[in-house]
Amino acid sequence: MNSEATFFMPPAISTYAGDVDQAYYWIYYLSVFLFVAMVGAMFYFVIKYRRKNSLEIPSGPQHSTVLELTWTILPFFLVMAIFLLGFKGYLKMAIAPSNATEIHVTGRQWSWLFTYGNGVESTDQVLHVPKDHPIKMIMTSEDVIHSFYVPAFRIKHDLIPGQYSSLWFEAKEVGKFDLFCAEYCGTSHSNMLGKIEVMEPKAFETWLEHEHEEQNKAVAPEVLGQRLYTKFACVTCHTTDGSPRVGPSFKGAYGRTEKFTDGTSGVVNDNYIRESILQPQAKIVAGFQPVMPTFQGQLKDSDITALIAFIKSVK
Amino acid sequence: MTVTTFDPMHVPTEAQSSPNFLESAHGIKSWIFTLDHKRIGIMYLWSILLSFLFGGIAALLVRLELLTPQKTIMTADQYNQMFTLHGGIMVFLFIIPSIPASLGNFVLPIMLGAKDVAFPRLNLLSYYFWLTGAALILTAICTGGIDTGWTFYTPYSTRTATSVIWMGLGVFVLGFSSIFTGLNFITTIHKLRAPGMSWFRMPLFLWSIYATALIQILATPVLAITLLLLVVERAFGLGIFDPKLGGDPVLFQHFFWFYSHPAVYIMILPGMAIVSELVATFSRRPIFAYKSVAYSSVALAVLGFLVWGHHMFVAGTSEFSTVLFSALTFLVAIPSGVKLFNWLATLYKGSISFESPMLYALAFIFLFTIGGLTGIFLGTLSIDVHLHDTYFVVAHFHYVMMGGTIFAFVGGLHYWWPKMFGRMYNELAAKIAFAFVFVGFNVTFFTQFILGSRGMPRRYYNYPPQFQTLHIISTVGSWIIATGFIMMAIYFLRSLRHGKKAPDNPWGGLTLEWHTHSPPITENFHNTPIITHGAYDYEHPDAKAFILQTQGKI
Amino acid sequence: MSAIDTEVIANAKIEHAEHEHNPHLAHHFSEPEQQISAAKLGMWAFLAQEVLFFGGLFVALMVFRTWYPDMYRAASSQLNVPFGAINTMVLICSSLTMALAVRATQLNRNRQAFWLMAATVLLAGVFLVIKYFEYSHKFHEGQLPGHFYTFKEIPFDNAHMFFGIYFCMTGLHGLHVLIGMIVIGWMMVRAWRNEFSSQYYTPVECTGLYWHLVDLIWIFLFPLLYLVK
Repeated sequence: MNSEATFFMPPAISTYAGDVDQAYYWIYYLSVFLFVAMVGAMFYFVIKYRRKNSLEIPSGPQHSTVLELTWTILPFFLVMAIFLLGFKGYLKMAIAPSNATEIHVTGRQWSWLFTYGNGVESTDQVLHVPKDHPIKMIMTSEDVIHSFYVPAFRIKHDLIPGQYSSLWFEAKEVGKFDLFCAEYCGTSHSNMLGKIEVMEPKAFETWLEHEHEEQNKAVAPEVLGQRLYTKFACVTCHTTDGSPRVGPSFKGAYGRTEKFTDGTSGVVNDNYIRESILQPQAKIVAGFQPVMPTFQGQLKDSDITALIAFIKSVK
Repeated sequence: MTVTTFDPMHVPTEAQSSPNFLESAHGIKSWIFTLDHKRIGIMYLWSILLSFLFGGIAALLVRLELLTPQKTIMTADQYNQMFTLHGGIMVFLFIIPSIPASLGNFVLPIMLGAKDVAFPRLNLLSYYFWLTGAALILTAICTGGIDTGWTFYTPYSTRTATSVIWMGLGVFVLGFSSIFTGLNFITTIHKLRAPGMSWFRMPLFLWSIYATALIQILATPVLAITLLLLVVERAFGLGIFDPKLGGDPVLFQHFFWFYSHPAVYIMILPGMAIVSELVATFSRRPIFAYKSVAYSSVALAVLGFLVWGHHMFVAGTSEFSTVLFSALTFLVAIPSGVKLFNWLATLYKGSISFESPMLYALAFIFLFTIGGLTGIFLGTLSIDVHLHDTYFVVAHFHYVMMGGTIFAFVGGLHYWWPKMFGRMYNELAAKIAFAFVFVGFNVTFFTQFILGSRGMPRRYYNYPPQFQTLHIISTVGSWIIATGFIMMAIYFLRSLRHGKKAPDNPWGGLTLEWHTHSPPITENFHNTPIITHGAYDYEHPDAKAFILQTQGKI
Repeated sequence: MSAIDTEVIANAKIEHAEHEHNPHLAHHFSEPEQQISAAKLGMWAFLAQEVLFFGGLFVALMVFRTWYPDMYRAASSQLNVPFGAINTMVLICSSLTMALAVRATQLNRNRQAFWLMAATVLLAGVFLVIKYFEYSHKFHEGQLPGHFYTFKEIPFDNAHMFFGIYFCMTGLHGLHVLIGMIVIGWMMVRAWRNEFSSQYYTPVECTGLYWHLVDLIWIFLFPLLYLVK
């Protein structure tokens, strides 16, 4: 089937997208037919049988066993056929092929963390996958329910905290395709966007190896800090361009004197940053809500040092 | 009270010596302590219409924000509160009570030939519960608002800083309003039918309201306990729904949808109830296959309890359960289809007139057909994976809840307005407002099917620019709807002072409410009716004479 | 006018004359039987609703029992089975006294009904006192729901969930017991005033139905919470 977008549907990029669209259009044409038939009958009857004089009492059939049975039994078989259509398609989507490559997805408010088989972690919100190869996503959430939705692949599944869920797909074309979070998860639900980048298999291998090397190199603290900044989703609340979001921007923050919500004020220095990471409710910059979670137990001391170096570098 | 014969085909010959129920007592105490089902129905009517106004304003604001892909008039947090309020107010304060509590309360006892419902004091208590629930929800709005979506999914709702506890308590109390209304209606229909009114001589309106009441008493308690547990989880860290406390968020969804799916049948069955009355009266024919329509109401109520899992196809339930729920979901389409076919067959060889109530009934058939057919897409597993949590779902449920229930409610309001208030509204204005509402509705919501199938997710404050054109069209549609409803409010309110006095039977109906005065006396009937015919016996030799004598000049 | 109509009207006229001045007949009912029958149907509908209400909690209980059987066993063994068993017997006896009270009103014996209902209330009070002992023991030991759990001796991290469900279910049930006591108390006042008779005892009967349901719920609660092996 043609993978171009149609009036109702995005391009059909995954191997089962064509089946989904076919089922959709079957039901669509059936619905159009039924709608035209029923609403057509309605218009026809109300015009043909419109009241001609205010005293008339019409006489017509009040029941018909044949008709009643027909329009109960025929629709029953029709809907059962449609059910089977959906069931068949669903089975294909629910059971991943045994040779699928696994990639882990972790959703959190409000970004995606992808972990590849060789340990590469990526938080740039782009999932790289090879073309023509089945990929199985093993998914969970760190906080609330999210949902991994790629319209071009026609696939979606919730990410549930405390549980693992999975979905699979095989992309037939290279390109970049939208990834949406499809389960309401709070303030920046509609900003929890990503892309699926489908690459030629060779290009994918190259990319994956390169990432692996990069991530294992020893790096300067502020570079490590920046990685942590995306990996631990600080980026969803703290920008680096000066614009405040859920939390203050890091741009020029280091060394600045801030007023806090408890009336005191202080300088944004190493100790303040460390305290904010481990006990975020202690001193909150005035004008912001006490919603930052603690990273106690998640960040080592060396991680915190790296983050401080990173924040310092954002001028 | 004397009991005499009262053939429904004969006009009451006593002059109206008793004052009607609106004039029989005055002052605010006569309303807030009333036991008269008609007054209670009217108090409910104003309350739910006010709720509709607030829920509608929230909708207009949501759609305003969606005019542009990024921020338009509010922040993300404000937007999340706005769509939650829209859903919460519309579902719990407006649509669930709407038809049963307002029109049902007014019409049901009269249609049965009774003087009141079985438990008038419980009826008043139900209304007080509604008021209390509304006050608690107002408290929630004023103490931090609510941003969980009307579905309260955990663990977001157990952790968010907004006023979930007040909201949960408010909906809990509203649940009891619904339960007691249902309990009252079931008992009334069983025990207070007029002599001679067998089950199959009842108007179909009552069959559907009865089926609704069954769902109200069996499903609502489950919502009550779910919300109670949510409140306790937030307050005490119970650990039932939040995984950080050892609980399971999917369990919440099972509990929530076990009520909320049957709830949509609480919403649609009364709408179908009204459509049966309108189609019969304005075709001057009995509803085709009466028994079939009656049974289909009960079938919907029963089957409605079996399909809750279709809201959770991608939520982490087993493949087996998704397949089972999909199959059951298709079954529930059958009784709805049966009703539609029966209404169409009633139009066949009828004598059709196009007063405003009938326009709404015909619009219901048009819109509910679309809403029902789009449910087929969503019940189909492979397609639902793509469409779940997109605007396709939003469009589907607005077609059935608004295109269905609200259009039917408005049709019923027009139909029984002369009976309730003794005044006719301006028919031309009504037809114009209908056109605005009908056109506006389709412009607003048909575009959303396209948005959804193209991948636009729900509850999105910002969206990718490729969706903007359709969003603009949808927003403009919302303004057209609003215009129609504003016109409606104006001509209805005007009619209360300036409307022509209504005859007893402006539409030529045969059901018992048209045998009373407009408005009725407090006891509804001067004498207990004795029923010797079916509800829509237009071909009875006396029917024509009855209509002639009661219809007056309109 | 058909023959059937005449007969219906004739019967209605006779019965109506008999009940012309029945003070208990509400204006919207035409005969006492109709009113009594309606009251009973309404009560049964209310009980159906209560079953669904508690049903949700029972489902939650069963779900967590299935998922964490070992934790449940360990936590449940902390409950005081003798107290639970006594409470079960106490409630069953109270159902008996209540049933006898209904019977007494049917037989025009208001005073007897009064004392039987007093016994019911007393037994209900005993139930609540025993529950008070159980609850205060738990408060003392830190066997509390959610945030408040501090008990150390159950070797499972999520033991607080058992106590959460325990307090929710027994608490809600206890609330229903209390409400029942108040309603029975009101019936006692009316019995003292000789308001009931063989012609009119519906309020007591409906109260009895409610009380039996409260008892029945406990009869399911007790084994599921206390007798887990």
